[in-house]
Amino acid sequence: MKKESKFFKYLSLLPISFYVIVLIFLPLLYIFCLSFLTTDYYGGINNTLTLSNYLNLIDLVYIKLFIKSFLIAGISTFICICIAYPFVIFVSQKKKMTKNIIMTLVMVPFLTNSLIRTYGWIVLLRKTGIVNTFLQDINVISSPISFIYNDFGIILGMVYTLLPFMILPLFSAVDKIDKSVIEASYDLGSTSFKTFFKIIVPQTKVGLFNGSLMVFIPAIGYFFIADLLGGGKLMLIGNLIKNQFLSARNWPFGAAISISLVLITFGLVKIYQKIGGKMDDLGGF
Amino acid sequence: MKKVLKNIFIGLVFFFLFLPIIVLVCFSFNSSELNIVFEHFTLRWYYELFSNKQLIEAFTNTILIAIISTIVSTVIGTMGAIGLHKYNFPFKNTINKLLYIPIVIPEIVLGISLLSIYTLFKLELSIYTILLSHIVFCIPFVVVSVRSAINKNVDTIEQAAYDLGASNFQTLFLITLPTLLSGIRAGALLSFTLSLDDVIISYFTSGPSSNTLPLKIYSMIKTGITPDVYALSSILLLIVFIILTFNILMQMRSIGSDAR
Repeated sequence: MKKESKFFKYLSLLPISFYVIVLIFLPLLYIFCLSFLTTDYYGGINNTLTLSNYLNLIDLVYIKLFIKSFLIAGISTFICICIAYPFVIFVSQKKKMTKNIIMTLVMVPFLTNSLIRTYGWIVLLRKTGIVNTFLQDINVISSPISFIYNDFGIILGMVYTLLPFMILPLFSAVDKIDKSVIEASYDLGSTSFKTFFKIIVPQTKVGLFNGSLMVFIPAIGYFFIADLLGGGKLMLIGNLIKNQFLSARNWPFGAAISISLVLITFGLVKIYQKIGGKMDDLGGF
Repeated sequence: MKKVLKNIFIGLVFFFLFLPIIVLVCFSFNSSELNIVFEHFTLRWYYELFSNKQLIEAFTNTILIAIISTIVSTVIGTMGAIGLHKYNFPFKNTINKLLYIPIVIPEIVLGISLLSIYTLFKLELSIYTILLSHIVFCIPFVVVSVRSAINKNVDTIEQAAYDLGASNFQTLFLITLPTLLSGIRAGALLSFTLSLDDVIISYFTSGPSSNTLPLKIYSMIKTGITPDVYALSSILLLIVFIILTFNILMQMRSIGSDAR
């Protein structure tokens, strides 16, 4: 039988176990505890147990913010699906090498820092930006259009930044479909539309949900996109958490919002597992 | 005709994905500082970049953090994936489940929980806390990538190596690691990408004195970014492009050798 040395077992397992316990479990546990504590006037943390941080969340201001945040994330996810589905279907019909190159090229934009790319959109779309100047020069518009610094700007930024996370899992799902099934569906007189909803979507629903998770969850937290492309006062949950930790210095309240987000995330992941999604496929592209 | 339309659609998606990047690369060669029209070609911003000490420092820090966090997370993640596959121990399932947390929870939550734990342990926020945080969120991606390369085959080949008298070390370095190479490479590439691209985690885990590219750019955006940042981004893009081309070539080679 295989000879195993204790040395190897410990060498491989100790670092990862230490990492999981100290750098994943402990920080989350700490945030969880923090969410039940209170803070004094100066932002110091008092050791009195309370539910008030969660109860404070049940306030019209925050409920509206949650709804808005989820709406923006939801719309961004939907737009990503609408772009990614036809894209991956068309790409999957290409030769193997072409597919590899296209999928690698999809990754290229997100190898430059996302801030720089977001700034690229500002240069293009602000009132004195390239697009507005051009449209005014050719007399299509008389006064500049507000493309950014509003909700449209936030959704554009989210779709742009997160689109590759939809494309990659969706592509691996669509690419696995047996091409002869699709041909058979056409041969039997199905329209493209029908083939898409009856054959492709059911067979790729796990990949679709995977991509949706990878777009929806980050979109709730990407505060910098709302900061850069949104209009001043509009905030997302991510901005609210950021403010609680960095400017308002109410860490327990920030922790309570974070824990609520984590619970929502876990709920979505549970649904993903229910429909047959594998955890290893999340983020493993 | 239909094929043309499909290719046009693919092209449009790429246009959307690359548009802001093309704009920045173009404007890094533009003599006007205003970024509205392209006046004429200049290399001025590239010269200015090299005299901008702060920016160069931010760039070096970012690259160093990306390289070191990639190496550390690839080593820990690969060993971890192999260990978690081979051995059984109490709480193995729990460890496996907890590993997914950094992948699924919003980055901002990971950022603030790390910030809180550093504060609790009185670790001073600096470039080292950024590095540690990057390692934290890269490891799970490496584990997942490597695990996808582990299959029954690996166990069989390893067993054969042991039966033929190979030592543990020989088996690991001559058999196990080379077999898992594609997964390790994918994990390392992903880590490098995630670290370079990261804004949120760095934002929360950096100190007032730590100078990395995302933080530098974030502070500049309010006042307007100077074209030397575009120049820097263009150089970064070129580096990334070279690495990716290399990766594609490696893939082509492995596809070629599979065919043989």
